[in-house]
Amino acid sequence: MALLSFERKYRVRGGTLIGGDLFDFWVGPFYVGFFGVVTAITASLGTALIFYAASLGPTWNPWLISIAPPDLRYGLGLAPLREGGLWQIITICAIGAFVSWALREVEICRKLGIGYHVPFAYGFAIFAYVSLEVIRPWLLGAWGFAFPYGIFSHLDWVSNTGYQYLHFHYNPAHMLAVSFFFVTGGALAFHGALVLSAVNPAPGEPVKSPEYEDAFFRDTIGYSIGTLGIHRLGLFLALSAGFWSAICIIISGPLWTRGWPEWWTWWLNLPIWS
Amino acid sequence: MSRFLDRIAAASIGGLGILLLGGCELGPKQATQTGYRGTGLEQIVDVKHIAKVSLIPPAPYPLPPDGGPTAGESYQNIKVLNGVSKERFDHLMAEISQWVAPPEQGCNYCHNPENLASDEKYTKVVARRMIQMTQNINSRWSSHVKETGVTCYTCHRGNAVPVNKWALAQGTPNPGSILGNRHGQNAPEANVGYASLPSDPFAAYLNENQQIRVAGNSPFPSRDHVASIKDAETTYGMMMHVSTALGVNCTFCHNSQSFRAWNLSRAQRATAYYGIRMVRDTNENYIGSLQTVFPAYRKGPHGDPYKVNCTTCHQGISKPLSGVSMIAQAPALKGVSKPTAPAEGGPAAATNVPAAFNDPQAMTGTK
Repeated sequence: MALLSFERKYRVRGGTLIGGDLFDFWVGPFYVGFFGVVTAITASLGTALIFYAASLGPTWNPWLISIAPPDLRYGLGLAPLREGGLWQIITICAIGAFVSWALREVEICRKLGIGYHVPFAYGFAIFAYVSLEVIRPWLLGAWGFAFPYGIFSHLDWVSNTGYQYLHFHYNPAHMLAVSFFFVTGGALAFHGALVLSAVNPAPGEPVKSPEYEDAFFRDTIGYSIGTLGIHRLGLFLALSAGFWSAICIIISGPLWTRGWPEWWTWWLNLPIWS
Repeated sequence: MSRFLDRIAAASIGGLGILLLGGCELGPKQATQTGYRGTGLEQIVDVKHIAKVSLIPPAPYPLPPDGGPTAGESYQNIKVLNGVSKERFDHLMAEISQWVAPPEQGCNYCHNPENLASDEKYTKVVARRMIQMTQNINSRWSSHVKETGVTCYTCHRGNAVPVNKWALAQGTPNPGSILGNRHGQNAPEANVGYASLPSDPFAAYLNENQQIRVAGNSPFPSRDHVASIKDAETTYGMMMHVSTALGVNCTFCHNSQSFRAWNLSRAQRATAYYGIRMVRDTNENYIGSLQTVFPAYRKGPHGDPYKVNCTTCHQGISKPLSGVSMIAQAPALKGVSKPTAPAEGGPAAATNVPAAFNDPQAMTGTK
């Protein structure tokens, strides 16, 4: 595998979080590291357990395989393997793999001397997963509130859990999350289009500088956020989408049990007009 | 300056967060699993918000034994309860005055004290029809009320007129104008759980036989099954009413994988199926028949008498009065046993999808 001209310079030991020089080497283009090894072990074990749990189930149809969490009566305790225990071990493996992957990203950032923006951003995805599988079940007092591992079954879980609140579109955090997802898509499309318009001109045309991009937006809406700012904005929008997704499910149950439309009666009941 | 602005921003975000939490339920929760693990079929309730049952009044005096002369032999103008023994008839009258009549009026709320047999007060005519209605519910609709049964108290709770009732909605003052015309929706209406859904599902579903079914039996559009998005919204509004009335969420009866499939639903859905038809029967054949009897001040804005819906009895609890049966104290209200109303295609706790549900035209019908 060929190295880029600058890569050799940064392939230096050190910067690890724990374990010192242990696994502090590369395999081809990939940095291994202690957390790379942990990721490999937990991801492989978790995947193997998913296959094992699927083999105990009634189907090999990939759409219908489902590995479900325990019944509510097990609370926050351990369940027998075939009654949700496998789900519990797979969840531990998944969190182990996701978190190790984030920490491996941190170590690479440290070696390169760059900021932790990427692991920070990835951390929001982990937070969203942990919200669904750990934080909300823990707040409600049973692992059984978590979603099952299956393509259709987790969608059924989403649907039924939504209908537990009669009309989930009235969940204020869900509203924010959906809006941020849309805006993220829109912002990415604007940004991609603007960059291509400047740096991928028609044949024979010169490549234009960022000043052209700024001028376009100043002419259009009176303001350009700039080349650095657009990436800050993009990160903010995308992380907000994931963050509010996590919040919208954490509050459903632990902080509100009735229909979400009814939650808005606090507004109707404000002493200003009620 | 910038630090000052930062502080203001942090304080307002924190304040907004606390304000929003103020709209939430922070207390302990109670959860019940109602389906296979991991399917998201469960009821989570905030313990503090479980609807309270008012204290059930004790019997006015112990129920006398049956036998002796009948009410028909002892009194005049007895049309419904002739066969009931006089002792038990008197006991029921005492109960009704406790359950329904305003305490300051007592017997005189319905009766002329000079002539108890007289039908001159409209309330007496209504009460007679209501006794027939109660007997009909306890016999013909035992598919819904089971052995628990209902008495006057199930709805009245000590009030002359039950608190939870409905009449045809007022509607917009100028139907011809678009100004201020919400087309019966887009306002936070308690009937439909404060959603913007069409807010008067009762006229169509609880007084007429409009089908509460929109799902077809095929993923593809079909000319045999035409149900509009508007139909789906009014159905949704009706279901919001059922949920709110029973203090449960959609998964109490349904698995949202298919709201339609009986084999995915819980037995509670069949109970509700008969309940909806019981309410229609009650509104059309019993309350509707009193149209000319009720005075104007006992009617809604369109001049129709106030009718029942799920909340009338349930009042936020899946089993009215938390399932306490009062029928043993009022055996005359059981009525003569009638055959239970047949299903229109819905089963009692069926495990098979009945044929009617596989026939899309039977599902939507012609409206």
